[in-house]
Amino acid sequence: MRATSVQQQGHHQGQPVAQPGKYLTFTLSQESYGIPVLKVREIIRLCPITPVANMPEHVKGVINLRGKVIPLVDLRSKFCLPIAADNDRNCIVVTQIAATGGGTRLYGVIVDGVEEVANFTAADIEPTPDFGGAIDAMFITGMAKSGTTVKTLIDLDKISAVDGTIAIAALSSAATSPARK
Amino acid sequence: MSTDRFAIIAKAKKLLQQIGLELAFVDSVKENGVDGINDLIKQLEAVLDGTEPEPIISAMLAVRHWIDDRVAADNRLSAVSIARLGDWQPWMDAALMSWEYQLPYPALPEGWKVPTGAVKPAPAASASKATTPPEAVAASSSAAHAHPVATAAVAAEALPEQTVDVVPADSDTEMLQLFCAEAQDLLQDIEQGVLVLEENPTDSSSIDSLFRAFHTFKGNVGVMKLNVLQQLTHELESMLDAARRGTYKLGSDSITVILAGSDILKRFVAELSQQIGGVEAGRQIALPIPQLIRNVHALLAGESLPGAAPTVPAAAPPAPEPVAAAPAAIEAAPAHSAPAPAASAPAQGTHGEPSSGPAGFDEASFAAVFHQPEASAPQPELPFQPVAVAVEEPAPQPAAAARKAASSAAAAPTGPVIGTGIVRVDTLKLDGLIDLVGELVIAQSMVVQNPELKTISSAHLSRCLGQLRGITSDLQRTAMSLRMVPIRNTFQKMARLVRDLALQQGKEIQLNLEGEDTELDRNIVEELSDPLVHMIRNSADHGIEMPEVRVAAGKPSAGTITLRAFHQGGFIVIQIEDNGRGLSPKKILAKAIERGIVKPEETLDEREIFELIFAPGFSTAEKVTDLSGRGVGMDVVRRNIEKMRGKIEIDSIEGQGTTFTLYVPLTLAIIEGLLVGVGEQRYVIPTLSVRESFRPLPGMVTAVQGRGEVVSVRGRLTPILRLGRHLNTPHTADDPTKGIVVVVEAGQDSRCLLVDELIGKQEVVIKSLGDMFRNQTEFAGAAILGDGRVGLILDINALVKLKPKNNGEAA
Repeated sequence: MRATSVQQQGHHQGQPVAQPGKYLTFTLSQESYGIPVLKVREIIRLCPITPVANMPEHVKGVINLRGKVIPLVDLRSKFCLPIAADNDRNCIVVTQIAATGGGTRLYGVIVDGVEEVANFTAADIEPTPDFGGAIDAMFITGMAKSGTTVKTLIDLDKISAVDGTIAIAALSSAATSPARK
Repeated sequence: MSTDRFAIIAKAKKLLQQIGLELAFVDSVKENGVDGINDLIKQLEAVLDGTEPEPIISAMLAVRHWIDDRVAADNRLSAVSIARLGDWQPWMDAALMSWEYQLPYPALPEGWKVPTGAVKPAPAASASKATTPPEAVAASSSAAHAHPVATAAVAAEALPEQTVDVVPADSDTEMLQLFCAEAQDLLQDIEQGVLVLEENPTDSSSIDSLFRAFHTFKGNVGVMKLNVLQQLTHELESMLDAARRGTYKLGSDSITVILAGSDILKRFVAELSQQIGGVEAGRQIALPIPQLIRNVHALLAGESLPGAAPTVPAAAPPAPEPVAAAPAAIEAAPAHSAPAPAASAPAQGTHGEPSSGPAGFDEASFAAVFHQPEASAPQPELPFQPVAVAVEEPAPQPAAAARKAASSAAAAPTGPVIGTGIVRVDTLKLDGLIDLVGELVIAQSMVVQNPELKTISSAHLSRCLGQLRGITSDLQRTAMSLRMVPIRNTFQKMARLVRDLALQQGKEIQLNLEGEDTELDRNIVEELSDPLVHMIRNSADHGIEMPEVRVAAGKPSAGTITLRAFHQGGFIVIQIEDNGRGLSPKKILAKAIERGIVKPEETLDEREIFELIFAPGFSTAEKVTDLSGRGVGMDVVRRNIEKMRGKIEIDSIEGQGTTFTLYVPLTLAIIEGLLVGVGEQRYVIPTLSVRESFRPLPGMVTAVQGRGEVVSVRGRLTPILRLGRHLNTPHTADDPTKGIVVVVEAGQDSRCLLVDELIGKQEVVIKSLGDMFRNQTEFAGAAILGDGRVGLILDINALVKLKPKNNGEAA
């Protein structure tokens, strides 16, 4: 499996910084992540998935969302995180992302569980710390403090534009296990 | 003489086009950049040599001087020079058109005026007066000359109106309706743009959108061969173009002129849509076009319009006078049309109302124009009205007005005539609707086939379900028909093509069209156009012989090409049949061997030989013409047809003719598919690619060392592609004799796909897989199946081209 490793130089500059606002937070293998709630179209239960042959492992296939065929990506394998067995908290977050040819398209991501819609103020959001090259920080728009936990705010537009997997993990995993190359 | 003129104009236009192209691509810093242009101008001079229209001659002289100067200077075209020639070229085009249709000549662009004084400051006015053909003056001339404002400058003298045939000859209603619908949209755009411009005359985006609208309009009227309107839109367009490039500043005068121009177009469109609706079809309409064109010229030449807005007829909304004048005209009218005063008066209310709705038509002027033609007589007490209402319609006006008033009053309850039935909708919305209807059909079948529901035995329930089914299928049919258009337009384009080809090659060719009303999906019609052009060219070029050859062969000297469309079993069949020389299997084979496409020792049957003409780089034409015979063509045709999941077949009898038969699906959105199962997965194979399917008997399958497995199908060895292995899907039938092989073909290749089971035949709505899957080659798309799951549609073209894999190795 190919891990897209992006050099760290200057990732603080010229990189979109998370705007304050409402975020949908969800878990992927014990870590919390957040995406702007405006990108979320809906959240559905796991449904029958049609696998598409000869695609990377994180591309689970396609699903029928009321007549639309949309691709489904398992963010856990996309981020090289361990995958626990499916349980009833697993769900599909249908997001709207920028399409390559302009406009938007729907993009389903499998997450371990959805937490809440949180309102992050500018004070809550901190720029991405320098992880020292261990992880692909260009896909992270910031870190948001919520109570005692920290949520990693990610940029799905960029993530979906990359075909391979991405070495991305929150602070703790970056500290404990260097992300795979 | 007149044919000479047209021939010269045609040649000159072609050269001008080349000049336009040259200008678009010329490199401004290149050495000798002028040469290309100079060459073309020289050719143009040769063509136009000895012609008489003065404006054209002086323009040619001007450009010759200028070119000579450039050559003498540095022989380069600077950006300024290119822009300058860019002014000249469209002018020349317009002038040629004026010549062709005997219209007033446009004014030479600023900076091209010949200093010798051949053309005076108001060139258009004098030129147009001199060249306005007598027939255009006709009946309305008296009104024009009696124009009371004709006091001051030359420009104030009203020009006669131009009589326009509303419904062009040889046009069909459908096209006219489309034209009207589009025209109304454009007119609305124009009006909106003008309103913004009134506030802010320098708003560049409005100028741009106005320019585009007039440009599109010009293109449309050009297609409809409404040359007079084309000239009008051209003038307005050039004014806006000048404004766009900053060489001309729009003032309130020019805005009024633009509005007046759009009013003329509006009047025309309103009249046209009435005539399409059967109201007084064939009637001519007089429009103050020459006057307007002159006003445009005057404005561009920097003059202001005497008498300001009202010299321009037909009620520019901002100017109150014309609106006031129009009702006055109506009041005045009964005096002249004594027999029908009562009938025409109520008509303004009844008729004006429904018609004015969709187009936002100025009710008063509309009524004045269409119901009171008698008002064309001079009306000294109405200073601003005459030109506007001078509808040219001779003799029995009062009666006609009465009749028309009566008929339109009667017709009023049936709805407005303008824009009957045509609504332009964003295709995305349409696709969305069709998708949803597809979903509804699936949801409906999920309900109807629900096992729990089946346990209820209630006559009432089953009646309701039956009704639901009926409605959904009606709805689906209707939704599908939204995308359907008749193939007529595409076919008619071919008529033109055949005519040109015949002329060019000195052949006599008759084109017969059959089944033009056959409807198919818009997208398919678009995709079909290119292949058809190729094939018609082929038939005309290679198929039909020269008249002498035909006569010698005992055939009529005129060849016939028949273009035919009809339905057959869920497909649209399009045939191109010619009675030319037919395909010669011997020649084709010899050629194919010579080109190395087949080996000399191969034996091919006739069908296989004919198929060879689709091979890339194959052409039997002894001489290569600029039309066909370059060896590209038939392979492209085939590729295009296959791209839309169609196929193509050839029948030919040497010496008697060839028939190409295209099978194309009714729509690109739906295919009929064979549903097959591999393990848990369901795949759709387009039925058109399926030749047969069967369970092989032991012994039919042979493993060839190193080349995988083959099945012997009717004596032909066809490689097996194990779908389960290829797609890495768990599958049950590892032994071919336990599964089913589906023989699929695309072009000359075929493969046996080994699947676990056949599930059935189903029509499915094709959905794109999206760009996440752009790199995979196995699937052509996806479809929602009856159970709500997604089934993938196999891309047979890609699958048959796969090299057969070694049997031992998993895909």
